[in-house]
Amino acid sequence: MVGIVIVSHSRKAAEGIFELAAQMAGEGHKMVAAGGMDDGSIGTDAIRILQGIQEANDGDGVVILADLGSGVMSSEAAIDLLEEDIEVVIADAPILEGAVGAAVQASVGGTLAEVVEAAEQARNLSKRQ
Amino acid sequence: MATKIYQCMQKIGEDIIANKEFLTELDSAIGDADHGINMARGFTEVLSQLPQEEEDISVILKKTGMVLLSKVGGASGPLYGTAYMKAAGAVTGKKEITLEDGKNMMEAAIGGIKMRGKAERGEKTMLDALEPAMEALAKGIEAGESPEDCLTHMCEAAKEGVEYTKTIRATKGRASYLGDRSIGHQDPGATSSLITLEAIRAFYLEQIK
Repeated sequence: MVGIVIVSHSRKAAEGIFELAAQMAGEGHKMVAAGGMDDGSIGTDAIRILQGIQEANDGDGVVILADLGSGVMSSEAAIDLLEEDIEVVIADAPILEGAVGAAVQASVGGTLAEVVEAAEQARNLSKRQ
Repeated sequence: MATKIYQCMQKIGEDIIANKEFLTELDSAIGDADHGINMARGFTEVLSQLPQEEEDISVILKKTGMVLLSKVGGASGPLYGTAYMKAAGAVTGKKEITLEDGKNMMEAAIGGIKMRGKAERGEKTMLDALEPAMEALAKGIEAGESPEDCLTHMCEAAKEGVEYTKTIRATKGRASYLGDRSIGHQDPGATSSLITLEAIRAFYLEQIK
């Protein structure tokens, strides 16, 4: 199953999004929340994201959903540090809606490309139609 | 006895930590007021984790980069972390370095910052201090200046770069939300880069005394 890593500056935000997406995906998901710093303060930690990628991977690749600024830069740094051969894609998508879309697609056995697409389709989600 | 490279990193770390309030104050004008706090947190961790006896310069720089990637938290974490790791790659296995090596390290670090931040000079970032500084260093080496003069000219160029950031608007990071209101303020990242270069120069001068 495609793995998903949720990267937010806030640990609570990452855990909250994880909780919501996990509920939509059902059992057996490969999702990891990697938000905030070790000491609980606001920020992103490339080493923690790296561990998240390794944890979420079971051979089918990993999609990262990140929030702003250093969320994306730390995710890229984590990918650069990866020594294993794991295919990782940072989805160009809003973190919450993207995580839900990705989690559902991963849970029905979608490929890495399909899971990324499901996350990125969240950009077109209208809330007023 | 701690190695020279450890002592040099210690000097950089102490100067960054000593400027915690100043950097945070600069960042509170145009950013989210965390640059000094984040950098001080990162370097406090660097100083406690670096092996004091390690002579291999690339090992020390790589370790510094890894700790900054993990412990800084803001955008300066992946940017400085990448910069130190790229600099390490330019001096693999070396226990002594020349000015030429120093230039190569800066070039590699700048390349890493540009890649990671998708930034160029002129966007009110660290690059506005580092790139002119690297050019001044290269020019000094080319002209056969003494190491002391090379490092002095490097720091002067970085200082001018920091001044220049006051005149331009930010197009990267949180400060970019401010648009023209970011003009008039010096960039905190360029300032911490200047502090780093000045610490290296001061360390060198201390050694040749």
